[in-house]
Amino acid sequence: MAIFSVVVLTMPLWMQPFGAAYPDILQKFVIFGVFAIGYNILFGLTGYLSFGHAAFLGVGSYTAVWSFKLLTMNIVPAIILSVVMSGIFAVAMGYVALRRSGIYFSILTLAFAQMCYNLAYSVLTPITNGETGLQLAKSDPRIIDRLFSEAGEGLPSTTLFGIETSGYSGFYISAVIMIIVFYISLKIFNSSFGLKLKAIKANQNRMRYLGFNTKPYLLSAFVISGMYAGLAGGLLAATDPLAGAERMQWTASGEVILMTILGGVGTLFGPLLGVIIIKYFENIFSAVNQLDLHSLYAIFPAWLENSLVAISSLFVGEGWHMTLGLLFMFVVAFLPGGVLEGLQLIYKKIKTRLIKNNKSTGTDTDTKQETGANHGE
Amino acid sequence: MGSKAVLQVTNVLKTFGGLKALNNLNLTIEEGTVHAIIGPNGAGKSTLLNVCIGQLTPDTGSVEFDGKNITGLEPHEISQRGISRVFQTPQIFEELDILQNVMIPALAHLDGQFTFNAVKDLRHRDDVKRAAMEIIEQMNLADQLHDRAGAMSRGNKRRLELAMCLVQKPKLLLLDEPTAGMARADTNQTIEILKKIKATGMTKVIIEHDMNVVFSLADRVSVLAQGTIIAEGTPAEIRESEIVKEAYLGGAKI
Amino acid sequence: MDAILLQLLNGLDKGGAYALIALGLTLAFGTLGIVNFAHGALFMLGAFCAVTFNKLLTISKSVKDESITFFDAYKEVPYLEIWWGETGTSIIDYAVPLSIFFAIPVMLFIGWALERGLIQYFYKRSHASQILFTFGLAIVIQEIVRHVFGANPIPTPAPDVVSGSANIGLYFGLGENIIYPWWRLIYLSFSICVIGAVFAFLKFTTFGMVVRAGIQNREMVGLLGINIERRFTIVFSLSAVVAGVAGVMYAPIVPPDFHLGMDFLVLTFVVVVVGGMGSLPGAVAAGFLLGILQSFAAMNEVKEILPGIDQIIIYLVAVIVLLVRPRGLMGVKGVFED
Repeated sequence: MAIFSVVVLTMPLWMQPFGAAYPDILQKFVIFGVFAIGYNILFGLTGYLSFGHAAFLGVGSYTAVWSFKLLTMNIVPAIILSVVMSGIFAVAMGYVALRRSGIYFSILTLAFAQMCYNLAYSVLTPITNGETGLQLAKSDPRIIDRLFSEAGEGLPSTTLFGIETSGYSGFYISAVIMIIVFYISLKIFNSSFGLKLKAIKANQNRMRYLGFNTKPYLLSAFVISGMYAGLAGGLLAATDPLAGAERMQWTASGEVILMTILGGVGTLFGPLLGVIIIKYFENIFSAVNQLDLHSLYAIFPAWLENSLVAISSLFVGEGWHMTLGLLFMFVVAFLPGGVLEGLQLIYKKIKTRLIKNNKSTGTDTDTKQETGANHGE
Repeated sequence: MGSKAVLQVTNVLKTFGGLKALNNLNLTIEEGTVHAIIGPNGAGKSTLLNVCIGQLTPDTGSVEFDGKNITGLEPHEISQRGISRVFQTPQIFEELDILQNVMIPALAHLDGQFTFNAVKDLRHRDDVKRAAMEIIEQMNLADQLHDRAGAMSRGNKRRLELAMCLVQKPKLLLLDEPTAGMARADTNQTIEILKKIKATGMTKVIIEHDMNVVFSLADRVSVLAQGTIIAEGTPAEIRESEIVKEAYLGGAKI
Repeated sequence: MDAILLQLLNGLDKGGAYALIALGLTLAFGTLGIVNFAHGALFMLGAFCAVTFNKLLTISKSVKDESITFFDAYKEVPYLEIWWGETGTSIIDYAVPLSIFFAIPVMLFIGWALERGLIQYFYKRSHASQILFTFGLAIVIQEIVRHVFGANPIPTPAPDVVSGSANIGLYFGLGENIIYPWWRLIYLSFSICVIGAVFAFLKFTTFGMVVRAGIQNREMVGLLGINIERRFTIVFSLSAVVAGVAGVMYAPIVPPDFHLGMDFLVLTFVVVVVGGMGSLPGAVAAGFLLGILQSFAAMNEVKEILPGIDQIIIYLVAVIVLLVRPRGLMGVKGVFED
């Protein structure tokens, strides 16, 4: 845990060589990290595939921005409120959706998220400000702030008791929160609650016949992961006080699913790994343009250069989504355990190879046991 | 034998479509006995067990357990009252290891149907681990403690499931063909284990095809045919009964 | 009264599209057990078949514009007009209905390629992996289309003769205010014909019989020694074709863009669930039903009472149906009941 904290907090240092050491992307890493950790508690432990978590992200963002508008620019109440609010939404959605399982659960959550999304764009515009998105305005009441000071010139910025929460400080605040929620998820994984959730995933009927009422377990997991999503939404608003309905679209749910399975669903670190991979490449790929490609392939003859550029441009810039889609297909098809499992397999393979080389005879049984254990993981 | 009824099934009717799977069935299981239920395929044996554990609700009639009506209760409520069932095809948590498989029912027994304890590390739950280990050792599974349950042989899966039921210390254990599809050696081992449990005085209902198993374990035998009990008695009585031979065995030798 | 009739008609043509997409989705799910999130993308591909065909027909040559005499002006004249004159012009005019004949082989091929190339490896995987895989596939298809055709909607006009509106009210003596676009009427009749054709195919051919048996009991049909694999390919291609032609004919109603498929997909999934997973009549009935409900919810009178209801009505119905009658309106008891 200590090592983990150090690794996270020193990200600005070791991300330097990757060209990802600026606050914008670092914030994304940790905030979406919170989102994915939370999603993993539901999908990873119980196997319930929700397509509705983007709704909680959106609810969290809207709540936080409203807290900035009405109460104070301090992020503490904003974040607490966004967690509470998304928790309430999660109870409502979970109570209904969890009455079914399998693809019906997926479709029910999808239906809920789409309802929220459509409403945010139509009737709820007074609350969500429709397509423009909810923003701060000079005329906002901010009652608590007004108690202490007059409204200043220009728009105020979000703070944590006076510390501005954009830029690097925003990253550190989010990072500390992420470390805390990661620790909570670690606790959940190792608790009896976590084991019961895994057992529900493995064989829910058996759990019932063993005397467990599975509904409240599932609902707790659903609400916890919904609150994580709300927290992530609140943090997004805290670092950049703006909330739009597109955050609630089901493709956003798709993204968090991808992050979770890409890294390794059901593992502790997998989702974080997935977040970093996706957000990092999103950042790089979507920034590349035709000129960059031409210079990249400049060493090839012109005809080859042009065709290479034409092919690659499918996948970069605007075409980043294509890469994402392909990645999605690839991971689901070949690496259902995610990158983490892939790495483990490679590691084990190398290890067995080494053992084989070291002892040229009589090691067959060892190797077999080794691979047997692999499958058991 | 104790004369107190643990399980009392009264006039239970259960139909699927037009088919009467259970036809006004009456059955009393006395405390401390091993009660075998035999009958041809489709006689309604599994339906009877499903009704007892709350998987199915009878159309009419009632099931009483320990003097209280349990008809229409949820499966988990019935299980919490002390009925445990071993399924015909082992119902275990294939993705988890053996220790976890047994710890889960131990948790159900110790913590009840729902406790939200997401903070305490499971490794510090000594009571759970002790209860689980005790049974695992009894079942000779201790050497494979951290093997994935799904990777075990069928016989071991069955023993594991039995362990999962026993760790709950049920008042009534329902066994659905505990030796079906087992090799001779495995069958004998299972019989030995069941005999050992019999000594503890736990009430058991066994559904079984293998007459060897039935006659070596059972105190009483009920014969089920077409959804109703057609005969009941000690193993010796059933062996001699003409009705049984005709209705069930079709004249084949026992 | 007129308003209600008009909304009914409005709902029917949208319902027709839902029903067609839902039909293909159900065919794939019922027989192959595949939850295909890329099905909406197939619908979208159909619409772009119409776009492509239209473009093919109007490949043009620069010709000196004779009507402008005081300077050299050029205009684009489609080859078809140069070659065949009037006939060429009317062929271009009928591009959308004609492109059905173009779309059928194209969609058959796409369906075949997808099933053989990708989908077949997912029959034995969990529904969750199927959903995720086809979700990725849908994104890829969508992005390819965007790359080729750009991000903007492409207007694809219906033939001139039917581009106007029909005064249905007058025809049937129901008042003069029921004015309804011809093309939508055609779409409605077209979807009914396609649905009829699919049902007839399933009902009266041996192949269809096997497919229906497969929906009821997949393992059984496998045991009969029937070459399931080839049939699966055909069924998947068929579902792609149904989605495709639905898309072709829909192009004049909504100018297709690359995310047309996703918009429809979510809705049709809900339709399938409401109708009952695996029930073909259920899919059709729920498609029309939800189309009609949606258009009634969009009436101003309704919106005044329940603001925003038009946005969520379908989802609301789905939630209620799933909770009250989990197997859907016409679902078979015990089939896909989870």
